Amino acid sequence: MPARKDLKKILILGSGPIQIGQAAEFDYSGTQALKALKKEGYTVILVNSNPATIMTDPELADATYIEPLTVEFVRRVIEKERPDALLPTLGGQTALNLAMELHENGTLEELNVELIGAGVTAIRKGEDRELFQAAMHKIGVETCKGKMVHSLEEALEFQKEIGLPAVLRPSFTLGGTGGGIAYTLEEFEEIVKGGLHDSPVHSILVEESILGWKEYELEVMRDNNDTVVIITGIENFDPMGVHTGDSITVAPCQTLSDVEYQNLRDASIKIIREIGVDTGGSNIQFSVNPDDGRVIVIEMNPRVSRSSALASKATGFPIAKIAALLAVGYRLEEIPNDITRVTPAAFEPTIDYVVSKIPRFAFEKFPGTFDMLGTQMRSVGEVMAIGRTFKESIQKALRSVEADVRGGFESMTVEELRAKLYPNFKRIGAVIELLRRGETVEQLFEATRIDTWFLEQLKEITDAEQELLELGPISTWKYEYWREIKRLGFSDIRIGEIVGLSELEVRALRKAAKATPVYKTVDTCAAEFEAHTPYHYSTYEWEDEVRHTDKPKVVILGSGPNRIGQGVEFDYATVHAVWALQEAGFETIMVNSNPETVSTDYDTADRLYFEPLTFEDVMNIVEHENPIGVIVQLGGQTPLKLAAGLKAAGAIIIGTSPETIHQAEDRASFNALCERLNIAQPKGLVAATPQEAYLHAEKLGFPLMARPSYVLGGRAMRTVYSTSELKTYLEEVYAEVEGQPSILLDQFLEGALELDVDVLCDGTVAVVAGIMEHIEAAGVHSGDSACIIPTVHLSAELAAQVKSISERLALELGVLGLMNVQFAIKNNIPYILEANPRASRTVPYVSKAIGHPLAKYAARIAVGHTLEQIGFLETPVPAMYSVKEVHLPFLKFKGVLPILGPEMKSTGESMGIDADPYLAYYRAQFGVKNKLPSSGKALLLGAGLEEVSSILQSAGFEVALNPILEAGSALPDLLIDTTGSQLLRTALEMGVSYVSTKEAALWTAKAIARAKGVVLGVVSLQEWQAK
Amino acid sequence: MIRKERAILALEDGTVFRGYAAGYHGETVGEVVFNTSMTGYQEIMTDPSYNGQIVCMTYPHIGNYGVSIEDMESNRPYVRGFICRESTESYSSFRAQGNLQTFMQAHKIVSISGIDTRSLVRRLRSGGVVKGVIAHRSHTHPEDAYGEFTVQEEAALVLKAQNYPDIDGRDMSPEVSTELPYVYPTMVKGKRVVLLDFGIKHTIIKCLAEVGIEPIVVPATTSPTEIMALRPHGLFLSNGPGDPSAPKYAHETAWKLLGLLPTFGICLGHQILGLAVGGTTYKMKFGHRGGNQPVKNLLTDKIEITSQNHGYAVDADSIKDKGFKITHINLNDNTLEGMAHERYPVFSVQYHPEASPGPHDSRYLFDRFIEEIHAFDGAVGTPVQKAFTGRLGV
Repeated sequence: MPARKDLKKILILGSGPIQIGQAAEFDYSGTQALKALKKEGYTVILVNSNPATIMTDPELADATYIEPLTVEFVRRVIEKERPDALLPTLGGQTALNLAMELHENGTLEELNVELIGAGVTAIRKGEDRELFQAAMHKIGVETCKGKMVHSLEEALEFQKEIGLPAVLRPSFTLGGTGGGIAYTLEEFEEIVKGGLHDSPVHSILVEESILGWKEYELEVMRDNNDTVVIITGIENFDPMGVHTGDSITVAPCQTLSDVEYQNLRDASIKIIREIGVDTGGSNIQFSVNPDDGRVIVIEMNPRVSRSSALASKATGFPIAKIAALLAVGYRLEEIPNDITRVTPAAFEPTIDYVVSKIPRFAFEKFPGTFDMLGTQMRSVGEVMAIGRTFKESIQKALRSVEADVRGGFESMTVEELRAKLYPNFKRIGAVIELLRRGETVEQLFEATRIDTWFLEQLKEITDAEQELLELGPISTWKYEYWREIKRLGFSDIRIGEIVGLSELEVRALRKAAKATPVYKTVDTCAAEFEAHTPYHYSTYEWEDEVRHTDKPKVVILGSGPNRIGQGVEFDYATVHAVWALQEAGFETIMVNSNPETVSTDYDTADRLYFEPLTFEDVMNIVEHENPIGVIVQLGGQTPLKLAAGLKAAGAIIIGTSPETIHQAEDRASFNALCERLNIAQPKGLVAATPQEAYLHAEKLGFPLMARPSYVLGGRAMRTVYSTSELKTYLEEVYAEVEGQPSILLDQFLEGALELDVDVLCDGTVAVVAGIMEHIEAAGVHSGDSACIIPTVHLSAELAAQVKSISERLALELGVLGLMNVQFAIKNNIPYILEANPRASRTVPYVSKAIGHPLAKYAARIAVGHTLEQIGFLETPVPAMYSVKEVHLPFLKFKGVLPILGPEMKSTGESMGIDADPYLAYYRAQFGVKNKLPSSGKALLLGAGLEEVSSILQSAGFEVALNPILEAGSALPDLLIDTTGSQLLRTALEMGVSYVSTKEAALWTAKAIARAKGVVLGVVSLQEWQAK
Repeated sequence: MIRKERAILALEDGTVFRGYAAGYHGETVGEVVFNTSMTGYQEIMTDPSYNGQIVCMTYPHIGNYGVSIEDMESNRPYVRGFICRESTESYSSFRAQGNLQTFMQAHKIVSISGIDTRSLVRRLRSGGVVKGVIAHRSHTHPEDAYGEFTVQEEAALVLKAQNYPDIDGRDMSPEVSTELPYVYPTMVKGKRVVLLDFGIKHTIIKCLAEVGIEPIVVPATTSPTEIMALRPHGLFLSNGPGDPSAPKYAHETAWKLLGLLPTFGICLGHQILGLAVGGTTYKMKFGHRGGNQPVKNLLTDKIEITSQNHGYAVDADSIKDKGFKITHINLNDNTLEGMAHERYPVFSVQYHPEASPGPHDSRYLFDRFIEEIHAFDGAVGTPVQKAFTGRLGV
């Protein structure tokens, strides 16, 4: 059946700010869907509050609403646009829940909007655990013994039946928030209480424990002709008990015989039919008892998910795109497989390599939280690697993750290592080290329940490390030895560690032995058909499959795994670079290791290398492709760190040079430059020892901003107000950071107004693109501060000064592309805090606020275009105010106080647009799901909140300003607490709107007052930009 | 892990892949084909249809879950040799009764690993199937198993590959068919069906038994008279190796019995039925071998993901005026996948509804067969009309 003609206009919901459990994968799926539906001729409307996404680019949808994903705002969009259909399955749990709310409150029916992709019944059956269990019972698929309870008493009663440990899962929560495994009765009661609260329907599933069982996922697709195909199976390295988002996973399944795999496949097909997902993709999770093969279905998601993004990248089958086409009536057999072009999408991919995914965590950002993994997801990003064997694949993934999973294990005793075998993200490192020390596979299986097949594979790696030393001097190794060693996935660095040479020495010897990688193709069909999509990975084999062309090539390095401080914004920038350079006639080559992204869609760049972003892997590609240049400045720190090494090895870095980057990063040279240009800086000194730190502190005077040198996202950065605080700080830093890093101490400009400036420079002309005013004062990491464009509290004169300084600095440094400068204004003096000659995380937000694609401009500058050619010579004056607000993941980290500081903690952002700055702020708050109350009780704690109090009072709030608090008193509707009390945590957990800084309190009060009685209309980004 | 005994794969076109020895230490020659299934290596090895062939698995890790008696498709492996990227010795499965290496050694299956299998597959895809030799270094140089083959040795092996007789034109059923008839044990007394064994897979017999058939497996050369003497309720033509046009006796049997009994054919059985009515078969460039082939049922419009293993196919045009209708086609290349007689309860499929390995989407065909058998009163010596018009595709 061809596409439906009765539908003209389709509404797609995004997933809002990036958060744990819901990340860039939904930008990938949404972008694919928008492109596919637009190409089919539909008018596509998008609502998403997240400006950092590619999907919210004004070119992608016909109308893009950067508005909060709430029932109220989406209803207004529907009223205005009157779409025929709503496709809710591509925006994660957020979109699915929102669609259900719009159905339940009658909006969809009233305004004649058809839900396509998954119907209401299917969503309910898939999501409501009681209905799901009943459905599974009906088709004879076993589920975990469990019971949905609505009270603690009920839970305790059922617990007697199933014993302990017991697994607790609250209904309808994101990434399993509030869930957990209870080993004791006390834990059981605690989790049940919390879960009952977190669940919007106040119910929680209590289940028998299947801890330690094998865990599998199947990605399933179905069309309206009831054709069902499995895209891939995924096997978890970490057994049951660890959320699949936090597990190392491998595709395809490794330890299932055909009989067992077909059993899961049969069950999956029965499940998707019974749940009634009419069209699109679903993810079904199974648990298999390793002792007898008993299969239990854990859950199914009737929508595109993080795993489906992984499955798409792992197989080359674009699940989200196909799901969108199926939703409008196509059948799988009618959609061609992009890769082979001659065969249809109605088939099951088969692969001839192994894919490993390793999640990336941020526990170091939340001191005091135990890093044991459980059923609640806490990873912030992930990497994927492709190799011809598991060993090659897992070793590539381990070096892609850019986190130290070997964690000083070499120096630990066997006892200490054994103590690290509980589920935690460094466990694989401990396992490998123990294998090296002779621990047996059986012992490790007993301790971890990781399948022995995986353990045996890791043992082959450690055995090979031994054998490496028996091969004679490395300079005598013949090609074959090198090939076999590289096939095991060893990096040059690791080989160097074992034989005692540097990475470059190993590289030289390897190349001399002609052991260089070949590049194979991801083609969905194990080479059965010819592949037309250039999606490659490296391995050490005989035949290379890259088709070379004569076009000039540019390599663009992606940003690797998402993490706090380096997220989807950089994917946005690199994808824009690809588009700009394609338009300019170049062949674009993308290198990245993050499966959640648009950049790793084989449809994005002319050529995709799914490879670790390390010197070795990138340089191999550079030598293979011989590009006219490599762009490193758009993917954040990850590619930037590689720039100098690549250049030294002969790569041509285009855009801002590594020297310029170094000049701006190196404190001494940057200070000298500022002095020469007469730019004010907070005074600062570098201390190599604690003693020196105390001396410097005396010289500079408190308060001080302290941080170790060379850190990302404000790691371990803190304001200290006294010698004793400095002492505590130094002790903590030295305990946490390896070695003794030097400590930077800067005067802290307390209460200063902070600014972020993005500037473009082509070497001869520099133009400020936008000046952002931070809502929070200096001291809060710029990545965590809300901000607004254009500025509200900056005088024209200061604005001109800031603009002039930024442009002068860019020219002086010789920036070719983007630079981000941070200022603090105190006593009418702009102090420069730092300058980063690269794309910053503000690029997508500023681009949308001013209506200019900055990353595209930067990429064009890198290949020699001038700002004049680009047509960007004036700082734009936007017609509206755009506020960025951040999403913070505190809820996932038990006991952590939700306060802001110099260390970045946010995972994502929202944007609010309005002609009024305070209403823009108001929208941005709703965009991060902070539902500001319009009346009720406000509790204000802290000094200097009098103005806030009076504004809220006039707005009709019952305000208590610094009252004496009685224990157990009810929470207010709005909590403003600048004292950092425990009440903030309580408010967070109870879902009460809270504010923790004085400046945000004022903005919040003004925003609430301004929004009182006003119906906030919706205006699309395209409409704003036309104004 | 790094140093291993050498082995080479020499192809008739002169290409030599240098890898490492696996399985039984020796030398073997056969037609090299590839299979894209990611699971089911043991079923593939023991499927008699692979007689005479060296199978290259496209999935790189083979042996992961060991071997189990339950996964035997016949009483021994029939592949002539086995190729994979990585032959794993360690395995993990509660079902396993041993490891693949030992299994291959016990059955003298010579195997090679560590070669660029993807490159081999691309070669087979573009140039078609070729003959090849796998040779282990220890076979000729037991004193120096890690050493390299000389150019002369490699050339000699290429020559050996060239001299191996083509599968084309060869009737291989005698090499794989049962010597004596036997009755397969069933749980309940069912309908008696004669299974002509051209190299039948065990799971086919099991699937037939499961729908209520009492299978009597007979040698490929059993005559129509002998078959009818068993007073069967149905006839089944099995899968098997070799060139389908070679066993003329089988075409004759199928032709003589056409319409007298409800009849079902799979793979070679399907081809024999096509040839019996005057259709033609042809050798495909590299065949269909894997578990992900999309097949469309033209009657229901439904799509089945199927398991396949064939190097020959029935020419779709050749059976159109022979009383047969096309019921199934392959969506990848539009080749004929299934046909049914317009009047008689006779139908066949090119693919493997019993799967094993592969998806179970097509097991409904066994139900169609037993339905026809139930509606059949017993052979009368004249053609019978089908009971359910439309159910079989026409």
